[in-house]
Amino acid sequence: MMKAAIVTLQKRWQQLTGLKYFWPVFLAAGLAFCVAADRYDFVDLYLQLIIIYVGINIILTVSLNLINGYMGEFSVGHAGFMAVGAYIASILTVYVFPQNAAGILFPAAILAGGMGAALVGFLVAIPSFKTRGDYLAIVTLAFGMIVKSVLENIDAVGGPRGLLGMEKLTTLPWVFFWTVLSVWVIRNLVYSNFGRGIWSIREDEIASDLMSVNTRQVKIIAFVVSSFFAGVAGGLFAHAIQFINPRMFDILKSTDVLIMVYLGGIGSIAGSVLGAVIYTLLLEILRPLGVWRMVFMPLMLVLLMIYRPRGIMGLREARLFTPLLDRVTEKLWRQRKKEARHAAP
Amino acid sequence: MTQIKPLSPRSPPAGGGEGSGMAYLFQQALNALQLGSIYALIALGYTMVYGILTMINFAHGDLFMVGAFFCFLLAVYLKLSFVPTLLVSMLGVACLGVVIERLAYKPLRAAPRVSAIITALGVGLFLENFTLALSPYPKHIPPLLTNTTWTIGSLSISSLQVLVIALSLVLMLLLDFVVQRTKAGMAMRAISWDKSIVPLMGVPINKIISFTFAIGTGLGGAAGVMYGLAYPVIDPYMGIMVGWKAFICAVVGGIGNVRGAMIGGFILGAVEILVAAFFPSTYRDFVAFTLLLVLLILRPYGILGKPQPQKV
Repeated sequence: MMKAAIVTLQKRWQQLTGLKYFWPVFLAAGLAFCVAADRYDFVDLYLQLIIIYVGINIILTVSLNLINGYMGEFSVGHAGFMAVGAYIASILTVYVFPQNAAGILFPAAILAGGMGAALVGFLVAIPSFKTRGDYLAIVTLAFGMIVKSVLENIDAVGGPRGLLGMEKLTTLPWVFFWTVLSVWVIRNLVYSNFGRGIWSIREDEIASDLMSVNTRQVKIIAFVVSSFFAGVAGGLFAHAIQFINPRMFDILKSTDVLIMVYLGGIGSIAGSVLGAVIYTLLLEILRPLGVWRMVFMPLMLVLLMIYRPRGIMGLREARLFTPLLDRVTEKLWRQRKKEARHAAP
Repeated sequence: MTQIKPLSPRSPPAGGGEGSGMAYLFQQALNALQLGSIYALIALGYTMVYGILTMINFAHGDLFMVGAFFCFLLAVYLKLSFVPTLLVSMLGVACLGVVIERLAYKPLRAAPRVSAIITALGVGLFLENFTLALSPYPKHIPPLLTNTTWTIGSLSISSLQVLVIALSLVLMLLLDFVVQRTKAGMAMRAISWDKSIVPLMGVPINKIISFTFAIGTGLGGAAGVMYGLAYPVIDPYMGIMVGWKAFICAVVGGIGNVRGAMIGGFILGAVEILVAAFFPSTYRDFVAFTLLLVLLILRPYGILGKPQPQKV
């Protein structure tokens, strides 16, 4: 058994060395491309905007996957966190920061938006101690609606008319940076020792409690991290289209993110990235169909769910995102199961 | 899109403000009953489907919208009068509900719960956008009934209001009778109790599930017709907000519980109308949802729901 483990470990390592340079090369190339595209405009603006949308959607999807996929709750209020981040960041860049320094202080605005959303996420996490399932879904749903309703009633931020005056500060390099950061943070969180607690809550909350997982703490951290990145995405979104109103963050937006998560497959970072990319690009490709694209998209979703209920990846992870040890353990586990099956009769 | 309160209600909000306190309260109570009975009818669909399949049919709000559009089509193009319009709309929506169940939800019965929910969201989006593609502009439902307003003192009651309330009450009583007293209702309750044993006792589970869907969505269709009569401007997105609110009613009452859904509907209707009566009406959603959150924190399983202890 031990020998087999070492052999698999070696084999995996060899396979991995093929991939060893993937991440550095990918990150450097992506950053270079983004900076160049931003500086020299060799990609037309429409395409740039689509790439920005893809990035924002990846952040949203990966962060929602943390709650809905890894923790197994059903949160329907992601657009609410996004709205908080978008409004805080926009207020900062439009009213608070000095006019000429808005560009330099933009990351601070985004960060503040994320922090604000995280604070709200902390509040939403508290009811999740006791309520679960459909009732928690209601709590998050009501929360999303309350955020929208509050924003509509604050005249200082434009009420239902919305807020404008943001400069176009969301550039490709920034989107790239935040997207990579969110994927990196959430991937490392879910594969950390602490993050396994998040998985264990999905599998069985009571059992994980008995195994001394501090479920309250885990839930708070998951909600805070998830809402932080939703707020970041909101800030980026606001500065990409330079206009926000409360209606943009209604239940349809949350539904969009949900669809991307479940299209890609729950509990999978690669799935979330794939889901966000595919959904955003498909919507753009189908644009010539006009209104009918919004008829075909849900149909495709329904067909996908019928023929592949777990989504594209569905609880499986791409090699690129799985830690080496995990892959070896999984392989070993499979082998043992196989041996046990052969040995049984 | 999220307008619940009508832009131009057919029954004028008479007595608003200038009447005596009691009359004003009574007037608002009537409005609350009207809105509440519509919510309750929709919430029943959610709760019945949940009770039998433990699945949230998020397309239900859009079936309600389809009911209103059926009403529009029948009233404008076929020039039907009220009763046939109501019956045909209910029947049409019920058929649509059964077809959706057969095509979209049945293959997913063994799948994880979430994929069924996402499918339901997808079906809802499909219904919305399909209707939007066919009729991009808001439609106006012609008055099917002559609306008379009776004035008693400073209180004015429109016949439409009375009709909506009475009709919903009749439908709810009928439903309660079906669920509690008939054989099919007994089968429904049995299936919601245990899905694996009951088919062994000879209960045709697929037929009963279809029947449940037909009744639930048919009630939603009836609610659509009544909503269209009370607030005559309809558009393809009207089902979203009303649907989610009805879902909240179902949860507040205790999801899966038929009587709870009725109570939840009337509670939400009352809260919304009261808030709109005493505060600026833009605060309505905010106060309503906050109250619901508080209620859920106090009674996490709904008013009539029973807490289900988790077994280890």
